[in-house]
Amino acid sequence: MIPAPFDYLRATSVAEAIAALSADPDAKLLAGGHSLLPAMRLRIVRVSTLVDIGRLSDLSYIREDGDAIAIGALTRHHDVANSEALQSGCPIVAYAASQIGDPAVRHVGTIGGSAAHGDPAGDLPAVLLALEASFVITGAGGSTRTVDAASFFTGLLSTALEPNELLTEIRVPKTSGGWSFLKFNRRAQDWALVGVSAVATNGGVRVGLTNMGLTPLRATGVEEALAGGADVATASARAAEGTSPPDDAFASAEYRRALSAVLVQRALQEAMG
Amino acid sequence: MMATIEQYIGQPLLRKEDAKLLAGEGSFIDNQSMAGMAWMTLVRPPFVHATIDSVDTTAAAAMPGVVGVFTAADLQGEWAGSLPMVWPITEDIKMPVHWPLTGDKIRFAGDAVAVVVAETRGQAEDAAEAVDVQASALPAVTDLEDAASDRVVVHEDLGTNRVVHWSHGGAGDQEVFTTAPVIVQERYTQPRLIPNPMETRGCLAFGSPAAGEFTLVSSTQIPHIARVGHSLVTGIPQNKLRIIAPDVGGGFGSKLNVYAEESLALALTRKLHRPVKWIETRSENYVATIHGRGTLHDCTLAGTEDGRILGMKFVELADMGAYYQLLTPGIPELGGWVYMGPYDIGSYWFEFTGIVTNATPTDAYRGAGRPEATFVVERLVDVFARRVGMDPTEVRRKNLHAPFDVATPSICGLSVDSGNYEPALDRAMELADYTTFRGEQAARRTAGDRKQLGIGVSSYIEMCGLAPSSILGALRYVAGGWDGAEIECRPFGKVVVRTGTSPHGQGHETAWAQIVADGLGVSPDDVEVLHGDTSVSRIGMDTYGSRSVSVGGEALRRAVERVREKARKIAAHELEVSEDDLDWTDGAFRVKGAPDKARTISDLATSAWTAHALPADIEPVLEGTAVFDPPNFTWPGGTHICVVEVDTDTGKTDIVRYVAVDDCGNVINPMIVDGQVHGGVAQGVAEALYEEAIYDESGNLASGNMTQYLVPSATEIPVMLLDRTVTPSTTNGLGVKGIGEAGTIASPPAVVNAVIDAVSHLGVTHIEKPTTPERVWRAIRDARGGTA
Repeated sequence: MIPAPFDYLRATSVAEAIAALSADPDAKLLAGGHSLLPAMRLRIVRVSTLVDIGRLSDLSYIREDGDAIAIGALTRHHDVANSEALQSGCPIVAYAASQIGDPAVRHVGTIGGSAAHGDPAGDLPAVLLALEASFVITGAGGSTRTVDAASFFTGLLSTALEPNELLTEIRVPKTSGGWSFLKFNRRAQDWALVGVSAVATNGGVRVGLTNMGLTPLRATGVEEALAGGADVATASARAAEGTSPPDDAFASAEYRRALSAVLVQRALQEAMG
Repeated sequence: MMATIEQYIGQPLLRKEDAKLLAGEGSFIDNQSMAGMAWMTLVRPPFVHATIDSVDTTAAAAMPGVVGVFTAADLQGEWAGSLPMVWPITEDIKMPVHWPLTGDKIRFAGDAVAVVVAETRGQAEDAAEAVDVQASALPAVTDLEDAASDRVVVHEDLGTNRVVHWSHGGAGDQEVFTTAPVIVQERYTQPRLIPNPMETRGCLAFGSPAAGEFTLVSSTQIPHIARVGHSLVTGIPQNKLRIIAPDVGGGFGSKLNVYAEESLALALTRKLHRPVKWIETRSENYVATIHGRGTLHDCTLAGTEDGRILGMKFVELADMGAYYQLLTPGIPELGGWVYMGPYDIGSYWFEFTGIVTNATPTDAYRGAGRPEATFVVERLVDVFARRVGMDPTEVRRKNLHAPFDVATPSICGLSVDSGNYEPALDRAMELADYTTFRGEQAARRTAGDRKQLGIGVSSYIEMCGLAPSSILGALRYVAGGWDGAEIECRPFGKVVVRTGTSPHGQGHETAWAQIVADGLGVSPDDVEVLHGDTSVSRIGMDTYGSRSVSVGGEALRRAVERVREKARKIAAHELEVSEDDLDWTDGAFRVKGAPDKARTISDLATSAWTAHALPADIEPVLEGTAVFDPPNFTWPGGTHICVVEVDTDTGKTDIVRYVAVDDCGNVINPMIVDGQVHGGVAQGVAEALYEEAIYDESGNLASGNMTQYLVPSATEIPVMLLDRTVTPSTTNGLGVKGIGEAGTIASPPAVVNAVIDAVSHLGVTHIEKPTTPERVWRAIRDARGGTA
């Protein structure tokens, strides 16, 4: 209930936060804290220094930039959900953000924290993957690099971020076609047992899967079948291809695979309909 | 001109207790602290069954802020007795010994081996991690049949996990269970449930070791019973032990107990000469506070082809957990009196075996035995209806007991106070648009819609108002079932009530004020109801088992009468008439024929307080006390109907209509009664669709926190259509029955029956509770022959 003892630093700049991370390999960043703080309170996670970046307000923004929309990493889910730029330019992101947790969670949780946590059951990672979003990462000395979504999510709760790097911006493409975000859960505020994100593009449809493996996944079999001219029902049957969904006391892998096919079919009908 | 006095009983008055709660001015246990206070944390090692090899506290004792670290051996001298279980239901019941700390073995995840006291909560938790516990893991049993096999014995000294067998003994012709034209046999499992009050447990102990006087402030439902219990455990005499229940954030039965942590806090405050506080974490609550349910029933219904139920028979295995808590073995027995449901049947059998497992002790959880019974009865009746090809409402109607308004013996052996069941069934069908939904169901089946409709019915009876002391004695319960009330009329019109009930959300401050207001002709605003402190309300048996209004409320009604008797004497003296010449009309004693010559209770309380001119035989102060021991239980009943939509592709259930028609006798405050039904149904829906304590193969609680144990939120709870029928109880003068548990008792089978009904045309006959989407999906797939 009470975390193990730790030091606390409220960073006043990106540079200060990165310096603190560089100085201490057991330091952790605190953004919205919705994943980190419960784990600390249960003493599953212990940190030496908690580097609080919650007040770096210059990382909270949503702005249009040509064919893309740039979202500051510390933008709260509530602001993502209610952004007019996103609602018209990339509505699936705004909608998915509106489905996270409950209002209290959405006013504190951040898009960057959600992405950097790399939780395959999180709502946003599969959406960002389906959108082929790009991730702007700031490192020591203020250098930045950009990683595409396919390379960003590297494993269970792990990403391309190095220990002394900070995710500073997420860039999503403007979309004009249909889309669908379906989240199957037992309770409204829960993580998805299985989630599906579908985005229609000029060339076809991209499909992201939530909680079907160690990372958010693309439903490559479905995309391939559609590209080959298969109908929605036939393509959907390949939803679980290449996935390794969790098999636990709360849902079997078999059920999750079956659900993914049902949800992909519904998502495709919505996105392509 | 006489003023017309408002009648308060029956009015939906807003709750007097809510102003402070809504303003954040309540005082719950974690709001309380004292100068010099130290914090207590328990060391619960990560084992569910293990032999303790050593507990080394050296490192922990040296940690910053640590006041002391104590093992079972260190504290053994503190105990006058082990933790109490007060309902040894049979003569030959086996009794596991249950100490506040365990010294030999860890028998479940909540078993604590040591306790740390430190200056701050964080320091106590840091030091608890540093206690070095060496233990050798043993195989664990959490499955009922596995434990019943004695493959692993939890208490070696008992030699078996089968610790108690209780049989009702049966009534009527037992041959019907083999010879009847229709025999339905079913097996139902009911998983353990975690009660989840909004506030976890917690306590603060303080006192004067020099004087031997101690106070325990605890988030408890039972300050009076806890005083007896903790006196037995700690040896602090009852007249030196005060228990205070502050604002309590819910209990649902889980705070109807005498817990180890409370005794530990008292013993440590005595030992350390400092106030000691403990607050339970939510994860700790999931393993260390009692669970409910945990049963396996083999059921037989004997009937006729035309839908007549001849008899019902139930043989149950009941999970006791690793130890008994206060009432553990009595909970299945409490259900043992309602397995006939509201039906008039000729044959009855119920028996159960209590099984010890490596899981958290079970005990009373909202409904306590009656939900378990009602679920299996109402599932069985549905299966019977399907077998004989009748609508489930028709089978129920055909078998409902005829109305009766005097106490009438039932097949279970106890007498039922009153009952009239068919009007509730009729009204529930009307509110549910039963025939319309049946029509839509048929249309969707014909069309082969993806979303199918199901309609579930549950007609129930329950037994509450615990309890007639003589029957409790006959059932080997060690205490009585009475309750008390004291009324003190202050001068100038204010009234103080001290009730022996201990509300923790039930609204007694309001309902009790309504009873007094009508009885004494005062405003409910002028009545202050005090409770939850053994030094304030001396005579009490607390709040559980839907007993408060039918026992404590009736005691209050009787205390009102005593106040009026005394007041009448003073009024007659002052008005210079005989008592017989006075009428009690419109809130005052009035002289017959001259109603303007009158005295109100306010007038008479002032006279009795000044005592300047009282009759010679009248003592000063207008007050009255009563203790009521009910002659019988009370027996609410009713019918709930649930309509669901099931997505046959995913197995997901949505409730589209929920109707509850309950009969709790006369009603004091209909808003509070509606609230009890709302909350009860919410917990029943949770039981039917969401909640389940899941243990993994090693015996660990897999659903160990609120992300995995699915307490539904408001979003998942349906809008409910409520109504009532009124059949006054014959057990008490108020005619009230009790409503705290009815919703939880009635609703699980209504919902589960609805889910199964939605997919029954596909060949599904049963789905275990909770009917999760995956279970529904599997049932459909299996019925279709293995292809979803």
